[in-house]
Amino acid sequence: MRRRRFVRVHILVFLAPAVLIYTAFMIYPLFDSLWLSLNNKGATANQIFVGIQNYQTLFGQEQWSKPFWNALRNNALFFLIHMLVQNPVGLLLAALLGARIRGGAIYRSIIFTPTILSVVIVGFAWKLILNPAWGISRSVLAAVGLSALDHPWLGLESSALVTLSLISVWQNIGIPMMLFLAALIRIPEELMEAARVDGAGVWKIFWKIQFPLILPTVGIVAVLTFVGNFNAFELIYATQGALAGPNFASDILGTFFFRTFFGYQLQPADPFMGSAVAGIMLLIILTGVLIYLFGWQRRLQQIQY
Amino acid sequence: MAKPNSQTWRIITIHAGLLAYSAFALFPVLLIILNSFKDRLTIFSAPFALPDAETFTLDGYQTLSSTAHFELFFLNSFLVTASSLALIVVVSSMAAFALAEYKFRLNFLTGLYLAIGIMVPIRLGTVGILRMMVELHLVNTLWSLILIYTAQGIPLAIFVLTAFMRQLPKDLKDAARIDGASEYRIYWLTLPLVRPAIGSVLAISMLPIWNDLWFPLILAPGESTKTLVLGAQAFLGEFVNDYNAVLAALTLAILPPVLLYFVFSRQLIRGITAGAVK
Repeated sequence: MRRRRFVRVHILVFLAPAVLIYTAFMIYPLFDSLWLSLNNKGATANQIFVGIQNYQTLFGQEQWSKPFWNALRNNALFFLIHMLVQNPVGLLLAALLGARIRGGAIYRSIIFTPTILSVVIVGFAWKLILNPAWGISRSVLAAVGLSALDHPWLGLESSALVTLSLISVWQNIGIPMMLFLAALIRIPEELMEAARVDGAGVWKIFWKIQFPLILPTVGIVAVLTFVGNFNAFELIYATQGALAGPNFASDILGTFFFRTFFGYQLQPADPFMGSAVAGIMLLIILTGVLIYLFGWQRRLQQIQY
Repeated sequence: MAKPNSQTWRIITIHAGLLAYSAFALFPVLLIILNSFKDRLTIFSAPFALPDAETFTLDGYQTLSSTAHFELFFLNSFLVTASSLALIVVVSSMAAFALAEYKFRLNFLTGLYLAIGIMVPIRLGTVGILRMMVELHLVNTLWSLILIYTAQGIPLAIFVLTAFMRQLPKDLKDAARIDGASEYRIYWLTLPLVRPAIGSVLAISMLPIWNDLWFPLILAPGESTKTLVLGAQAFLGEFVNDYNAVLAALTLAILPPVLLYFVFSRQLIRGITAGAVK
């Protein structure tokens, strides 16, 4: 008992640096932001408490609500495309790599390469490739007989967001691929062998044995995609600028948040409204995380035990 | 009964699929690097050709070295990344040691509190961060970035290190205690045992710091504190029509992460999976 008390000082010394840095530079600013979202400039340019007025402005005044809903809608589509393209294709690549063929490690490294690059670099590289002035996409499409698909994809309101989403998929596919692969190779080979002996085909083995066993990873990939997408900014900023053109067609919450609190060109910086936007983003992300923790993970645990 | 023939076809199909996707993943990167060594005319007339004696040029790289301080940007990125990583590893391994080693009342709650940051992006506190950095007079200093990246990296680092430290055998530490070693000494002795986990933490924390654009743009946009990614971003925007210069800048910016990846790929893969297991 006496020894326990003696130990406590060490515990404090060990924990203090990490807890202090984390609290001061991550948790405190988050709460400070939430507090700022409940304040605004007073008559004499001082800060006064205004309750939920900023949020009312965000949802009630058209000059705010229109761009906000536009960004949220775009962000939802951005996320949907990742869920429908990035994660299934990532799973497919993982399944191919999981077959343990020769050269698997080389394929894996190559496919992961875009993931390690800066979004700025990736965005700009694709911008060049898709730029009609250089004509790369035109000649590639002509070579495979798809000339009809040649458009200035990033320049059109109708296609900019989908194109950017696919560029982001191209870059980030390495993460789901790695996570799915790690889950697939943990499945004991005997399980699949037994099914094969019973005459099950590759397709049936995948859906009846492998897929149910990697469901926990499916959940992790989904929640990581959700948090990453609703917090995205760099790709849009690097390729389309802070105005997320053309005509805000590629504006997502990250770029909307940036313009609001930091200001851009004619729009003055507004830390109070910016905090309110961050507050809504926090709410969206927390909702997603909680659905994952209590909806998905809980249910899986119930099935397992 | 799988016939050898159908097995062969299966393997060929798998290779074909992976080969096709690998080409798709590498094509844009190779195209950029290749064309950065060609003269302006050939970049447009024959974008897929290899540079030869006649078309080879370093014009883009010369424009780069004469107009932007890329050495300085590189140094800034290096200082920020290295200092943040060092801080992350030191403070996180200490905290992880406490959480894994001692039973105390707030152990679970402290772990939970530190884990919030794994899922909640630090960016959402940017307004508060900017305000604080202004008050601390840290805007346009590398310290603002180092402190933020350390705070950002701590949660996942502690999570991975704690899981790893819990698996260490108790006997070793108890033997040291009987020999009269202090708790600090025991922490120091366990560090070499968790080297693989520290490698994973370094690998997963490194690239998000090196590649970040958000915080350099907001906290340290000054010419003397620009990181490589921000410097490249500004340069690309300014020289958008000078293809030689743009391609050269992209190539230079691609190299460091690719080199880091080659050195740390094993740790990186282990780290990605370790961080997401729970």
